[in-house]
Amino acid sequence: MVTVDWRVRRLGQAAFTVWAVLTLSFVLIRMMPGNIMGAMITRMTQQGINPGRARELVELRMTIDPDEPLLTAYGSYVVDTLQGDLGQSVYYGEPVTDVLAGALPWTLFVLSWAVFISFFIGISVGALMAYWEGGKLDVGLTSYAVLMGSIPFYVLAILLLIFLSYRYGLFPNGGRQPIGADPGFNLVYISGIIHHAALPIISMLVASGVASLGMRGNSIRVLGEDYLRVARLRGLSDITISTQYVARNAVLPMYTTLLISIGEMFGGSIVLEQVFQYHGLGWYMLSATHQRDYPLMMGGFMVITLAIVTALLLADLTYGYVDPRARRAQ
Amino acid sequence: MTRESPSPTDPRDEHELGTDIKSTPETERNGAADRPVETDGGNVNSPFEVVSEFEETRRDRYRKLYDAYVYAPVSIIWRDWRARIGLTIVVLYLLMGTVGTVLVEPTNVAEGSALINPFENAEYILGTDGHGRDLLSQTVHSTATILKMVVSGAVCTVGIGTTVGAIAGYKGGMVDTVLSSITDVFINIPGFPLVMVLGLMFDDIILGNPYAVGVLLSVAAWGGLARAIRSQMLTLREESFVEASQAMGMRTHTIVFKEIIPHLMPYVVINLTNAGRRVIFEAVALYYLGILPFENLNWGSTLNLAYQENAHARPGALHWFLVPMVAIVFISVGLTLLGQSLDRVFNPRVRARHEKTTSPADPEGEPDDTTNANDMMGGI
Repeated sequence: MVTVDWRVRRLGQAAFTVWAVLTLSFVLIRMMPGNIMGAMITRMTQQGINPGRARELVELRMTIDPDEPLLTAYGSYVVDTLQGDLGQSVYYGEPVTDVLAGALPWTLFVLSWAVFISFFIGISVGALMAYWEGGKLDVGLTSYAVLMGSIPFYVLAILLLIFLSYRYGLFPNGGRQPIGADPGFNLVYISGIIHHAALPIISMLVASGVASLGMRGNSIRVLGEDYLRVARLRGLSDITISTQYVARNAVLPMYTTLLISIGEMFGGSIVLEQVFQYHGLGWYMLSATHQRDYPLMMGGFMVITLAIVTALLLADLTYGYVDPRARRAQ
Repeated sequence: MTRESPSPTDPRDEHELGTDIKSTPETERNGAADRPVETDGGNVNSPFEVVSEFEETRRDRYRKLYDAYVYAPVSIIWRDWRARIGLTIVVLYLLMGTVGTVLVEPTNVAEGSALINPFENAEYILGTDGHGRDLLSQTVHSTATILKMVVSGAVCTVGIGTTVGAIAGYKGGMVDTVLSSITDVFINIPGFPLVMVLGLMFDDIILGNPYAVGVLLSVAAWGGLARAIRSQMLTLREESFVEASQAMGMRTHTIVFKEIIPHLMPYVVINLTNAGRRVIFEAVALYYLGILPFENLNWGSTLNLAYQENAHARPGALHWFLVPMVAIVFISVGLTLLGQSLDRVFNPRVRARHEKTTSPADPEGEPDDTTNANDMMGGI
């Protein structure tokens, strides 16, 4: 077998995934028994647009032409999508790319903070649990982690919305930016944005439960290693041992978990943004689903896929720099 | 876990039969030295003529089966507090889904007055929703539906994941390349949006069919398990017992599913409960978003109605959210705890101490095995 550099192989695999999702959405749109385009035309006809005009409108909005032969339609669809043309949104009447480009930064803002804070908490709590393994604190924190893992984030989100927003009025009850403030780098606007994003971010912190259990397991495994005994025999201080020896080795596997959880959170953002009426990627995708705005829905699906594929690709490509052992193995 | 018969090289046999020069190891093993030796120097005794010295009645056999499959697992589970709580919770929900639906009558609109608070009216213990429907009855009656989703979803996820991962890891080569590529695609596809889109497309199949919802949810969930099983398979297939099975000419199918998979059972079972939890979370989320069609109310659609009717902004409507939420969180705590402790059932050393019909495998009576479910979770 020809040995290809693993980076090239991994890149090829990512491209393959994107292609597979592209093909899947083509199949769903073009060949589904319910026939999405038929449904869209019927919908428009019901709204009083004559069938011929409705067909034209649908063709204008979708990047798939229902009348073209299969292969030609597929070819032009792939070319269009790769050029960044995802069709036109039926509801907003704008190109899908424009709608999504306006929404994506907001989602990224919430998700990146949610991921970093929840992993920071998870790693700290997990290290504490491992350090006092078997003690009262360990049992208590483990119960906390199990409970956190058992609460779906949207349940926490609704509870936070009820109490912190509606009951006590500490946070705004929806939206993504302060009303009446000038968008830009001024204090009112920036703090307003953070204020609006706070509850969605806090809801996502349930992910820290799972992360802390993972960290606990990793740390306990490291604590049993011989090199730690050697380190103690050398008389190194506890702080040096815990930060330089245990933490660094135990955190390594968490890196992959972190990037994978970004993918899951992207999926979760659909529910999260609905609860808080936070107009990000997930909110637009959901409203597209309810309005049967298929170009926008499939476009959102493509964008989320791209984000996840990129995150996982980054994880794999950079893991060698984080963990020198992996670089040698590859 | 049964005791093995003495091996041919057992020193005791050799000492006893040492005088019989012509006997081959096979005859020694059968203890057949007192039989007449044929003139051609061979021995016509076959191991099939020997009768076991132990009599086993049918009742013994059933007792052994009961011991191995019912008594031992339950008694192992019962010794762990996590499992005791988890098992109790899960059994409670099972009862709610089966007996509960008979005991509690289904509820209708305007049965009671709207938004009665919990624990105020003896007739509606958990209160009523905005349309005067009994919340207790809603919760109980949706349990059966949710449990059906959990079972079909968890079995499907774990079934596909284990099969694909095991075959890819065992076969290697081209089969591995193809299966692994497919697995990678499914790991990379965003699960929830995919399920959302598929749910919208197949809504006529899903309506009123909880098993189909479970299958739908497993589509995007099996990838991670398949990858994990594959990597474990890569180490397991190098073990000597696999080589022995191959030398005996066993079929690949038998080797993979009868010999190797049992070694992975702890991992598979933990994933079974995790998959069940995931099915609940995602199904409820989909119903909450109002994407899946429904005939009868379930936890998710109750949340959906509550949100639609602004129960979060109304003062006396908190319980409309809380009742289905508690139902969701409680069963998922149960599943988590059960999953964390179930791996001990498959640990032969823990197991031997609890079976009455087999002798303990570790006579030293070493303290509790240190396998910790949390360590297993760390690998995810």
